[in-house]
Amino acid sequence: MSSPILKLIAQRIALGILLLLAVSVLIFAGTQILPGDVAQSILGQSATPESLANLRAELGLNDPAYVRYFNWLGGILTGDLGTALSSGQDIATSISGRLWNTLFLAFWAAAVSIPLAIGLGLLAVRYRNGWVDKLISGLALASTSFPEFFIGYLLVYFFAVKWQIFPGISTVYDGMPFMDRMQAIALPAAVLTLVVLAHMMRMTRAAILNVMQSAYIETAELKGLSAIDVIRRHAFPNAIAPIINVVMLNLAFLIVGVVVVEVIFVYPGMGQYLVDHVSKRDVPVVQAVGLIFAAVYITLNIVADIGAIVANPRLRHPK
Amino acid sequence: MAEAAKKQDPLLDIRKLRIEATVFPPGEAPKNIVLVHDVSLSLKRGKVLGLIGESGAGKSTIGLSAMGYGRGGVRITGGEVMLNGRDIMKAGKRGIRKLRGKEVCYVAQSAAAAFNPAHKLMDQVIEASLEHGTGTRAQAEKRAVELFRKLSLPDPENIGERYPHQVSGGQLQRVMTAMALCSEPDLIVFDEPTTALDVTTQIDVLAAIKDAIRDTGVAALYITHDLAVVAQVSDEIMVLRHGRLVEWGGTQQIIKEPRQEYTNALVSVHEITHDEQQPGEAPFLSVKNVTAAYGRGGPKVLKDVSVDIFPGQTLAVVGESGSGKSTLARAITGLLPPEQGTVDFDGRPLANRLANRPKEDLRQLQMIYQMADVAMNPRQTVGTIIGRPLEFYFNMRGAERDRRIAELLDKIEMGKGFSDRYPAELSGGQKQRVCIARSLAAKPKLIICDEVTSALDPLVANGILKLLLGLQKEEGVAYLFITHDLATVKSIADSIAVMYRGEVVRYGPKSKVLAPPFDDYTDLLLSSVPEMEIGWLEKAIKGRRMESAGN
Repeated sequence: MSSPILKLIAQRIALGILLLLAVSVLIFAGTQILPGDVAQSILGQSATPESLANLRAELGLNDPAYVRYFNWLGGILTGDLGTALSSGQDIATSISGRLWNTLFLAFWAAAVSIPLAIGLGLLAVRYRNGWVDKLISGLALASTSFPEFFIGYLLVYFFAVKWQIFPGISTVYDGMPFMDRMQAIALPAAVLTLVVLAHMMRMTRAAILNVMQSAYIETAELKGLSAIDVIRRHAFPNAIAPIINVVMLNLAFLIVGVVVVEVIFVYPGMGQYLVDHVSKRDVPVVQAVGLIFAAVYITLNIVADIGAIVANPRLRHPK
Repeated sequence: MAEAAKKQDPLLDIRKLRIEATVFPPGEAPKNIVLVHDVSLSLKRGKVLGLIGESGAGKSTIGLSAMGYGRGGVRITGGEVMLNGRDIMKAGKRGIRKLRGKEVCYVAQSAAAAFNPAHKLMDQVIEASLEHGTGTRAQAEKRAVELFRKLSLPDPENIGERYPHQVSGGQLQRVMTAMALCSEPDLIVFDEPTTALDVTTQIDVLAAIKDAIRDTGVAALYITHDLAVVAQVSDEIMVLRHGRLVEWGGTQQIIKEPRQEYTNALVSVHEITHDEQQPGEAPFLSVKNVTAAYGRGGPKVLKDVSVDIFPGQTLAVVGESGSGKSTLARAITGLLPPEQGTVDFDGRPLANRLANRPKEDLRQLQMIYQMADVAMNPRQTVGTIIGRPLEFYFNMRGAERDRRIAELLDKIEMGKGFSDRYPAELSGGQKQRVCIARSLAAKPKLIICDEVTSALDPLVANGILKLLLGLQKEEGVAYLFITHDLATVKSIADSIAVMYRGEVVRYGPKSKVLAPPFDDYTDLLLSSVPEMEIGWLEKAIKGRRMESAGN
């Protein structure tokens, strides 16, 4: 590794941190604009002017907004996400288990969908414009076009109700045996896979087809390599940057965008947690979850950028 | 006995080859066109056959047919391609794949594009050998290193560890030759292997290729549009035009006693006589001590350059790529403001920046580019393209403008009917003519021609040069003619500036610049221009005083 590449990576990371700070300001400002305040939400109907004033003083709501922002930010940096208004529990502890559940589900969905999408993309290029290509594209597009709740209920109907292979409700708990856990998440993971598959597959196909126009593909063909070797050895390594990008976008979706799927399968993840607390107007929880989601998005995008930088031989091996 | 008979049989015997393609003209039904009309050729083991012709002659298409390959949907629809005694067209997909990279290998025009940027050179060089199982990895690598050495590449032991972007263009072309030789094929198809290189680099690569062919005993099809180049390496030459055979004979016969008129035109293509004009009283444009760089603090691309241009005369700027020729044009036009120095026009300094120049100054300096097709808006008709400067500079409208457009089309020897055509409907030479008409429309004092004939076939380029000379006489316009081609310079320049690494190393009237004694660089440049003479290559290499920059 050489210094220009390290410099580029450091730049990306610094930009990411800056972006995350900007997002934290936006999240904080957004929740401040909402009508009513936390004290009013806590006391609800029973609020009297005195109790409201007391609670506001106690929560520090009378401080100017920027002071409250830095208090909040300082808390987050030291691992203190505040307490939930609705339950009075520490947000950090209740989130950690759920974050882990969400990551677990996302990991297995990704572990299936990414290799599958790239493999299908390679196959589609190999048999481009033939029936294999059209079949792959057609099925993948169809699965993406259906809303995820529709696919979810379809899978529940067949696999949980009719054939009773997998549970329709994905209950998981601490200390659950691994195989049981895998069985519990089978259906939500399958739904997620179907949702993200087409996007990654189509992008892989397009990125590789783009490279297939290059002169070095002709060179490879004229060496007598088989079509699949040409694609695998010569086209794919040069198409990797756009593929990493779309994979990372979909990974972010798997973590951040799973709200609907978690609700369908009653899976105790971050999305369900967020939806619950939005309906309860629990502002500190919404802020904390929003910030975590933003951090996930930004981190994965940085990873994609760095991946694209490292995949470029011109940057990896300067003159 | 069998071995002896094999020696006698031709290695490659193409009989009545017919190649077709389907074209999809806009707004019409798809139709079949014939690219190659029943061409036959044969090549003995260890011999070199040069295929020569303009673009569209079918040279590459014929060359690739020896590997059973049709580029971009091209189909071999008739005839036989006999290689090593069997018809490869009957071998099936798998059979053809077995011979590609093993019996026949290919060297492409642009090695920079033909190498995969993601892999090390060594992995690509030995890939075909490993694919066809002609040896172990260690054996293949050993052979590759030997070939690197034979092709006089620097650091042959380690150059394979590099990536394509870490090696210069001339070196890459030699690595590509090594790649073709590595699996010990019987035949190599060289497809314009030196065309994209500078003249001074071309001569090295050409010599390396010639030695490698001689030492390994491989047979070759050598495809090029440059007769002087092919004369250095070929035993026989085949002249093609529009997919048909024109003439086929020994190298000596083709270049010295061509039997066909077309061959004769190719042989004598560079002979334009242009008498040098004496420099006038005062130059109208003087570049004074210009120094320029891209980006602040970047390396200086122009160093203290001073040249003068006289009314109605041509200053040719020559040098290899990266010598700063085009940057000089950018500095004069204000596209790249110089860091130091000025450009004087009619006795007053021009504003450094394009944005600060009045319209009248812009009108006086026009440009024509190498790539005519990207210099025109593909969605505008020829009339609109030529009419634009008339509207912009002279506020001409309606019938007056149309009359002037017709006049300009007449000047570039194209009829009025072209006014409604789109650039895509024109040939390369016609496109360049339209660009010339567009620049003339502004009635400028100076037209800067940046490699305007480099992308054209020799005969077409010749026509453009004659047109430019004629227009200069009629209109009294001056040219700043940027080129790397010395033959072009000889035919049109009045004075010459030779550039090397951002500096003008030799400058003066044509007769003085092209007369000895030469400085080392000018000598290298002049001696590197291929001459239509068998044995020129060896003589030129021997007589050189300085290594070329690409080495």
